[in-house]
Amino acid sequence: MLTAVISGFIFALLIPIILGRLKSISTLWVALLPLTLFIYFLSKIPELLAGNPIKPSYQWVPSLGINLDFYLDGLSLLFVLLISGVGTLVFVYTSAYLKGHHYLDRFYAYLSLFMASMLGLVLSDNIYTLFLFWELTSISSFFLIGFNNDKKDSRKSALTALAITGFGGLFLLAAMVGLGQITDAYQISAMAPMADAIKDHSLYGWVLFFLFIAAFTKSAQFPFHFWLPGAMKAPTPVSTYLHSATMVKAGVYLLARFTPVLGSHEWWNGTLIIVGALTMVYAAIHALFRIDLKGILAYSTISALGILVFLIGLGSPDALLAASIFILVHALYKATLFLVTGIIDHETGTRDVTQLGGLNKVMLPVGIAAMLAALSNAGIPPSFGFVGKDLIYEATLGMGNLAWLLTCLAILTNVALLVAGFVAGIKPFLGKLPEKFKNVHLPAPSMYVPPLILASLGILFGLFPGVLEGGLIKPAVSSLTGTTPDFHLQLWHGFNLIFLLSLITIGSGTLLYFFLKPSESLLKKVSTFDRLSPQSLIMGISRGFALAGKGWTGFFQNGYLRYYLITILGFLSLLLAYRLFIGVDLLINTDVMTEVTFYEAVVLLVMAVAILFTVFSKSRLAAVASLGVVGYSFCLIFLFYSAPDLAMTQFSIDTLTVILFVLVLYNLPKYLKLSDTRVRIRDGLLSLIFGALISILALEVMSESLSKETSEYYAENAYILGKGKNVVNVILVDFRGFDTMVEITVLAIAAIGVFGLLKLHLRSTEKE
Amino acid sequence: MELLLVIIIGLLYAAGIYMMLRRSLVKLIIGLILLGNGANLLIFLLGKIVKGKPPIIGPNEKMLGEIYADPVPQALILTAIVISFGLQAFAIILIKRAYKVVKTDDLDEMYATDEDL
Amino acid sequence: MKTIIFKSASVYLLPLLLLFSVFILLRGHYLPGGGFVGGLMASIAFVIHSFANGVENTKNIVKFHPGFLMPVGLALALLAGSLPLFTGETFMTGLWMDQPVPVIGTVGTALFFDTGVYLVVIGVTLTIIFTISEGL
Repeated sequence: MLTAVISGFIFALLIPIILGRLKSISTLWVALLPLTLFIYFLSKIPELLAGNPIKPSYQWVPSLGINLDFYLDGLSLLFVLLISGVGTLVFVYTSAYLKGHHYLDRFYAYLSLFMASMLGLVLSDNIYTLFLFWELTSISSFFLIGFNNDKKDSRKSALTALAITGFGGLFLLAAMVGLGQITDAYQISAMAPMADAIKDHSLYGWVLFFLFIAAFTKSAQFPFHFWLPGAMKAPTPVSTYLHSATMVKAGVYLLARFTPVLGSHEWWNGTLIIVGALTMVYAAIHALFRIDLKGILAYSTISALGILVFLIGLGSPDALLAASIFILVHALYKATLFLVTGIIDHETGTRDVTQLGGLNKVMLPVGIAAMLAALSNAGIPPSFGFVGKDLIYEATLGMGNLAWLLTCLAILTNVALLVAGFVAGIKPFLGKLPEKFKNVHLPAPSMYVPPLILASLGILFGLFPGVLEGGLIKPAVSSLTGTTPDFHLQLWHGFNLIFLLSLITIGSGTLLYFFLKPSESLLKKVSTFDRLSPQSLIMGISRGFALAGKGWTGFFQNGYLRYYLITILGFLSLLLAYRLFIGVDLLINTDVMTEVTFYEAVVLLVMAVAILFTVFSKSRLAAVASLGVVGYSFCLIFLFYSAPDLAMTQFSIDTLTVILFVLVLYNLPKYLKLSDTRVRIRDGLLSLIFGALISILALEVMSESLSKETSEYYAENAYILGKGKNVVNVILVDFRGFDTMVEITVLAIAAIGVFGLLKLHLRSTEKE
Repeated sequence: MELLLVIIIGLLYAAGIYMMLRRSLVKLIIGLILLGNGANLLIFLLGKIVKGKPPIIGPNEKMLGEIYADPVPQALILTAIVISFGLQAFAIILIKRAYKVVKTDDLDEMYATDEDL
Repeated sequence: MKTIIFKSASVYLLPLLLLFSVFILLRGHYLPGGGFVGGLMASIAFVIHSFANGVENTKNIVKFHPGFLMPVGLALALLAGSLPLFTGETFMTGLWMDQPVPVIGTVGTALFFDTGVYLVVIGVTLTIIFTISEGL
């Protein structure tokens, strides 16, 4: 199992190297990887049916509970087969669609990366690896959407998608941490038995909230749906694979996976029903007004995802069964339609439905695939879609008081979806073939065979739903409900209410299709409402953030040294003042202090005068000289208070500093009076306040008793361990020798800096 | 005595900051030196000052006696003094060089970056 | 500054001050002094000489650029620090001779380390001062 997941990552690494060497050969063989995986997972079915869930586990960071725990049950199986199956066809399709593309190797690498992440995601049992793979799918989706990285639109859409799904990913992490806190477990399969305890926990609401945000962003639910139409900038194989069949269903998978753990609670059901219903209706109606084929498909995908969320929200066994079926139904017909759209785009160069028509005359097999998919989408018997739609109505009708409302919403959505499906799948192929498309020809078989396979499966499963029942659907439903389901899939239920509803849907949808002609003017009218859409709102918010950030940075990062200083010092002063104000009683104990002798007082007085003179002197030379006086007074203070080493060092350094200043001074500018009196008073006040606070702080610290442990250690061991009697020197060269080593290195760097600044020649641009 | 030193420390800090807030480059460096001195004195003072007992072990003893000046702050300050010399030298030369290139002493007019020159 | 008295005095001051700086360096382990102070003293000696006789003359005495003292000093300090590695001790463990040497006292790796500091400080200070007085 680990190999199966990892192989995609390794493959993603190797592909660019291999394809780099085999430029001319067809890349059809690349599809062998997903095909192998597909067969491998198929071969696991008997083992699964025998009643043993497959749970391999590999240690990774056991101390943090992060392990590669995999878990293959019915739900995971449904997804892994979808991922590897659709993956195989998409890989095949790509070999023709992007034939000879300069970055085909990269494209395959991203696709494999995505496939591996997606497999990891649906197989993860550990909550942290679930998060990890979740983020990996977002990242690989980012690369795939932005594949045409020379186009501004692509880059922008990729960023939007990453921002939204990445944002959701953080919420997923929060939800997982919350769950881990509640259950003290890291495996999802271990949480299901604790479901009741989790629902009573005070964190339950938060976990639910975080999980919903994560699922809604990934599965493009209202109001986070808008990244998906933007993501259609990606090459068509990507739209097919990520943005209709697999990745966007990750959110649905997440909700389904946690249904046994968190489900059957009024918050869970209520939120999902409302959000799902809103999304499915909103997006389905939106789909009616698009004229770009991919736009239509994007909105109908959002709507389908809404239906899935809605069904999971209903939560009854019927609804969960309908959801499992609909995941498959949707993947089959929507992937077909996307692939067909890619072919149309590839061959005619347009995706505008108002210009397309009569393509059956030039590419019949493609047309057949598209129409079969449209039938399945419309739920017309004997397609698999009919089975799916029946189950949806059955689920909504079983909801008691709300049954009629929910059923009406479902019908409304299905009618709109049917029209959208006809526009995308049938309209381009029927009618009159425009003159300019006369020379359009059928693409390579590797392009039209994959949609044909998918579309035929859509009909085949409809005719013989029993094929899927035992191996795939029953295990999936049982892992959702936790019980062994008792149902029998069939195409024909006889004439009953549900059949009547299906007839109404198909009838009104077909009527609407003939009356509503998608056109540019209609699209324009509809887009006037865009200003109110969540997309504009969120874009507005992000623009607001950018503006606020700019203002904030502009205010603080103004480029003037003194304003930086004033900001820092002002803040520090306030902090210090507050701290000193709330909790300090100044105790000045004069008894423990040393006495003031006359000569000390004189030295300090000289020092104070010298400091003031340095500050207020109008002459630079005088300022430097008095700076020297300050330094020599320091020397004396060190000497009085038992620091002969310091006194000597200070003396030498002071001499050198003054020499340095004198050497440079005449080449330095004269003082200028640059600031007016008001500014001077402001600066003076700030400095005085800060100085006073430092003084008070010093007094306060002095009244505390200090730990002398370090000093005593050095004092005791200087001779015994360091064989020296001057403790300060022993510290410098022995105890803390390493620091000194670094210090002289720094000194050397400073000297090299000085040398470099003065000796290296000015660049020609600086010479003027 | 400590009280007087505390006042001097405050004065050094205030003077240093005031000088650093001026627009003239030379004053900036003088301010930096004053501030550094203030910090040294602060560290020195907080190590508890003692008169006439340098941290040097007597000729016939193996360790320091009861009362002695704290060697740790002294070692710290010694390092700081030497390092600040390096810093000052570098800063002074930097100013000289900047003055030569930009031809102004006014910090506010030094907004050009390398590329603009 | 270039008076005759100062000039002739500086000729004798230089070796005297240098000798004094070495003395300060060596006694550093027992009495106030050490590599930092010693190095600074030696630098001041050269600076005084250069004031009296001009930088060119001072540089002629030394023969090589003072900047070379920096890598030499750093290498010496590093070597003194890594010597214990050869005897199986950790980096910068002090190693000492058994018998004290007259005048200096016990000789150990710390002394070599301090000498490294001494050389670096001279190198740094003289590089800075010479560069500046030339560059004007």
